[in-house]
Amino acid sequence: MSAIENVFKSRDKNRISPVELIDTIFTDFFEMHGDRKFGDDLAIKCGIARLDGMPVSVIAVNKGKDIKEKVANNFGSPHPEGYRKALRIMKQAEKFNRPVICLIDTAGAYCGIGAEERGQGQAIADNLCEMMRLNIPVISILTGEGGSGGALALAVADEVWMLKNAIYSVISPEGCASILWKDSKKIEKAANSLKLTSDDLLSFKIIDKIINEDDDTVNNIKIQLIEKLKELKTKDKETLKQDRYNKFRRIGY
Amino acid sequence: MIEKNKFKKPKNALEFDLKIKNIIPVVPDNMYIICKKCKATILAQDFNSNNSVCPNCGDHYRLGARKRIAMICDENSFTEFDADLISKNILDFPEYDEKLEKSKNISGEKEGIITGVCKISGNNCAIFSMESSFMMGSMGAIVGEKLTKLIEYATKNKLPIIGFTVSGGARMQEGMYSLMQMAKTSGAIKLHSEAGLLYIVVLTDPTTGGVTASFAMEADIILAEPNATVGFAGARVIEQTIRQKLPLGFQTSEFVLNKGFIDNIVIRNDLKKVLTQLLNLHNAEVII
Repeated sequence: MSAIENVFKSRDKNRISPVELIDTIFTDFFEMHGDRKFGDDLAIKCGIARLDGMPVSVIAVNKGKDIKEKVANNFGSPHPEGYRKALRIMKQAEKFNRPVICLIDTAGAYCGIGAEERGQGQAIADNLCEMMRLNIPVISILTGEGGSGGALALAVADEVWMLKNAIYSVISPEGCASILWKDSKKIEKAANSLKLTSDDLLSFKIIDKIINEDDDTVNNIKIQLIEKLKELKTKDKETLKQDRYNKFRRIGY
Repeated sequence: MIEKNKFKKPKNALEFDLKIKNIIPVVPDNMYIICKKCKATILAQDFNSNNSVCPNCGDHYRLGARKRIAMICDENSFTEFDADLISKNILDFPEYDEKLEKSKNISGEKEGIITGVCKISGNNCAIFSMESSFMMGSMGAIVGEKLTKLIEYATKNKLPIIGFTVSGGARMQEGMYSLMQMAKTSGAIKLHSEAGLLYIVVLTDPTTGGVTASFAMEADIILAEPNATVGFAGARVIEQTIRQKLPLGFQTSEFVLNKGFIDNIVIRNDLKKVLTQLLNLHNAEVII
């Protein structure tokens, strides 16, 4: 499969979505709304749930199912209040010593007047700083699109996993082609050059694991999550944070 | 009695001469510049000695990273770090090698950021300054690495950090390596902050994208130069997304000040004074 085919596959509306994963992997999910500062961003759905009996906090990007929901959720592109809601849930998880699971599928942070007025950059920056130093284990899974800073704001984690056909990129191939070559038709070249596939990113050690996509994907994710959380829970808080820092620290040099 | 011819315009001998000899008066190249904003003709010398601020209307032009350091640091106090770290085409991205080469020639710098230590009115500081003429200050792996090394040095040596940002965002030619620099630098800033140390950033034109969404917005005190572009998404991208024209003054320093995201706007010629005041305030002993 070529890189551009992979890009289209990652956006396929029939893929399993983060919200479906909430329903299938976890039990006892209780949704919590709002960032307590401005409003509630439906592009991010979060709450508490159980994973194999263990309480966890779950944060999922919600692109929406039908067109009405998609519009209400801005097609899964969060506003600053979405990132602030996610951070609130993470801090709450830290207080009650619950691990955090982030399920990501977004084209990127929303670009619009309101998003800029309410500090999209500041909201993402805040998440990057705070996630790096959370006292609890964090696992982020990219299930479809991993769009730049908008995805990274939920992916400063002890473990970053990708479904086999997910992508993770600094810019969309369309954006890259139009900026660099002033030609949106050169998306194939852009997709190839950006090295955005799960195989590429695992080889760069930018992600930690690829989850194969087959009939058993959901169960596979569940088993691996349980296993990894058991392992991460044995680490003391300082080691956990130091390891997380070191993991990102060595990227690119 | 007023003599009749006293106020009569004298014949201009010089003009007369030129006409005869057919000489056209020539101004030496680069002697004057015209301000893009107020259209005033200014002596280049006056413009440069005024730190690239128009002496007539006060419009701030972009200033090179090294000139900025010279403007802020005490004389001969700056020591540069990691000057030899240079970007490689890690992804073998098309045309990236040529772009790097071109940027080096245009900017006279090896990378889009200069880092080091200095004194500002006697206060020891770690300092970074980004270079707009090097691929618009975009953040690749080396920009992230140089900055992270500086921040870690500052944390270890208990130094405040003074930073000048100018950036178009992440450097897409380095793909995900560039995006990860946002997490890396943010982590280092967080550790510096946890150590109780001061970080002051000055946003200059333009500060956008991944830099806005990381170390530009993570300082204890965020200042900006007047009328600098400050935002996350590019204005053109927003216009294309929402299909409407953006309001005048959108994503400027004044706009982000009004929305509550920066502490103050400081004109360039006051920056050293203001930074000195803030550093001194943080160095003074608190007696309760």
